[in-house]
Amino acid sequence: MSTFLGVPMRRSRDAESPIRGTETFPHAAKRAVNDTQLRRNLGRATATIRGKRQAVVDEMPDWEALRDSGSAIKAQVMADLPALLEQLEANVIARGGVVHWAVDAAEANRIVTQIVTATGADEVVKVKSMATQEIGLNEYLEEHGIAAVETDLAELIVQLGHDKPSHILVPAIHRGRAEVREIFLREMADAPEDLTDEPRMLAMAARTHLRRKFLSAKVAISGTNFAIADTGTLSVVESEGNGRMCLTLPETLITVMGIEKILPTFTDLEVFLQLLPRSSTGERMNPYTSLWTGVTPGDGPQEFHLILLDNGRTNALADEIGRAALHCIRCSACLNVCPVYERAGGHAYGSVYPGPIGAVLTPQLTGIHGHHDVNSTLPYASSLCGACFDACPVKIDIPSLLVELRGRAVDSDRGHGLPTGWDGAMKAAAWVMSDEKRFTNAQKGLAAGRLIARKGQITTLPFPLSAWTGSRNIPAPPTQTSRQWFAETHSATDAGKDRS
Amino acid sequence: MRIAVVATCLADSLFPEVVKATVGLLERLGHTVVFPQAQVCCGQMHVNTGYLKEALPVVRHHVDTFEAADFDVAVAPSGSCVGSIRHQQGMVARRGGDDALAERAEALASRTYELSELLVDVLGVTDVGAYFPHRVTYHPTCHSLRMLRVGDKPLQLLREVRGMDLVELPDADQCCGFGGTFALKNPDVSTAMLADKMSNVLSTKAEMCSAGDASCLMHIGGGLSRLKTGVRTVHLAQILASTTERAFV
Repeated sequence: MSTFLGVPMRRSRDAESPIRGTETFPHAAKRAVNDTQLRRNLGRATATIRGKRQAVVDEMPDWEALRDSGSAIKAQVMADLPALLEQLEANVIARGGVVHWAVDAAEANRIVTQIVTATGADEVVKVKSMATQEIGLNEYLEEHGIAAVETDLAELIVQLGHDKPSHILVPAIHRGRAEVREIFLREMADAPEDLTDEPRMLAMAARTHLRRKFLSAKVAISGTNFAIADTGTLSVVESEGNGRMCLTLPETLITVMGIEKILPTFTDLEVFLQLLPRSSTGERMNPYTSLWTGVTPGDGPQEFHLILLDNGRTNALADEIGRAALHCIRCSACLNVCPVYERAGGHAYGSVYPGPIGAVLTPQLTGIHGHHDVNSTLPYASSLCGACFDACPVKIDIPSLLVELRGRAVDSDRGHGLPTGWDGAMKAAAWVMSDEKRFTNAQKGLAAGRLIARKGQITTLPFPLSAWTGSRNIPAPPTQTSRQWFAETHSATDAGKDRS
Repeated sequence: MRIAVVATCLADSLFPEVVKATVGLLERLGHTVVFPQAQVCCGQMHVNTGYLKEALPVVRHHVDTFEAADFDVAVAPSGSCVGSIRHQQGMVARRGGDDALAERAEALASRTYELSELLVDVLGVTDVGAYFPHRVTYHPTCHSLRMLRVGDKPLQLLREVRGMDLVELPDADQCCGFGGTFALKNPDVSTAMLADKMSNVLSTKAEMCSAGDASCLMHIGGGLSRLKTGVRTVHLAQILASTTERAFV
């Protein structure tokens, strides 16, 4: 029999990782909300992308039909995932590629490192990729003596700043241009001394820096936007062309993909290549779309490795409701329309997947291990306003998923340890609210609130209601409830007293 | 028509004037209003806080109460509560293993309406004969907008109100930051959202901010009162119920 010795220790499985931070969401968000510069940067940036997206979505007469198609294709993918993955594997191998299966981040990192080490390279160039962010690949490679150079401009800014991404599409959205200049001058050895914070000058400095890397790199690492099962084709959709450089110049290409990124047929791309750019960058079409199938002799990388990453995805897939989060195509439209993301910023979520989709995806990838797990606060990081659901190109009902995951967070605590304050309050409220006599008695108790009101308003309440009165008044309870008024002014029949 | 009023636990306890206005308006339009006295709550607070098991008896009590009452349609002066009745009660019952309750809840939900839906879609009126001599801006609440898709029905009703100066609210579709227990669990983000909503309300120079949900108005009004702005809140029902003879504020 074990003895309870106070505050439980954090379990080792709740260890910090790229998808689990060290602070609860409300705690981390408080700091972000108080950072006025960050609020301004985020407010301006998200409003701009929101406007661009809305314009290119509104001009599409068949946008809703496209969303339905995207949603249906993704539902089919989830239903057929094992067969589709084997089909993809067979086609990639038939075209000269090598396929690896990784159950978790550790295994994926190990496989990548082995491949790079075998080539003898000690530096790799990287295409912007959420999957490699999720497994912390750069840090792992660095520990093994391999330098990974991010070539997406915003990812480069994050990497040079020893920072973390705060947005899926625009990872450096929290940085202003003056900060970018400082980072370049401090961290980029070949940055010109007279570098200004003019966006064009900053881009030129990064361009010069990266060209050298592209021309010398022997190995590139990428993710993929869509993997096509029936042809074995991989794809990267981007704006800068730096991804194209990585995908074509080096001798070896390693692609890490989450297993949900698959599409059944080549023609399915037609739907997603319309949905993705309009939802993410607010463009009708992205500037660069690269497609490759295995190895083409004499053209591009002559060695191609595909790593199929699970890392918690099959847990989500096994969940009838939760699996919808795997439909996500990482467009980040939900981040840009989310009022919570706009104020809290991406870092508050403690995961490389922030915003509404992060709040439903992250806890499913890691699992929620009771209320001491910081990821248990993520499903609550939403006012359930529903803007994310409307913006999602594959119609993921994020608000309903959030509610479901809140239920799981509460259920994961049941029967373990002491009940929280919320448990007690909610159980008591349920008892009161499932019976009119108990409820009307509670309303009588509420009348005591009139004693502490001044000019009809209550301005301070004890903890935990102080969370409300910290910034908001609450009106004094009235002398008569509406049910009392109705009973007084209407016949017993209409007042529903005729049923005995 | 015989219309049952779903008072909502919040309006019943803290904002009875909203229920009085809803009843007054419907009676003025010639309908009989019934108030099932056993009613308490739709269960939304429990559901949205993750206590779905605890929500079950609350949902059952709601369904039992309204099933026993004699009415044609039910109305709530709240998009949020109707949203919960329509989209959550069945789910709560099914999750709790009570499919029969889920079906009963869904049948009841199919004849439960938010106020602007009832007026425009069911009763077919947009001019309810209201008179409200004030400068007012309107905040379309998230659940009315995105769960119920009421669209511009509340505005169709407000545009017909005599004497009223209706001014457009900038960034109207942005959430006010209430979100039920979100306001308590994430008070800093909630307050940051409220600050932007209040600044938009104040920019309209309106005397009052209106909405179809007492809960969102409690949040916006709580902030406006704390900052001593002098701007008040008024529920859609209170405007629509007001006439030259009687004001419901």
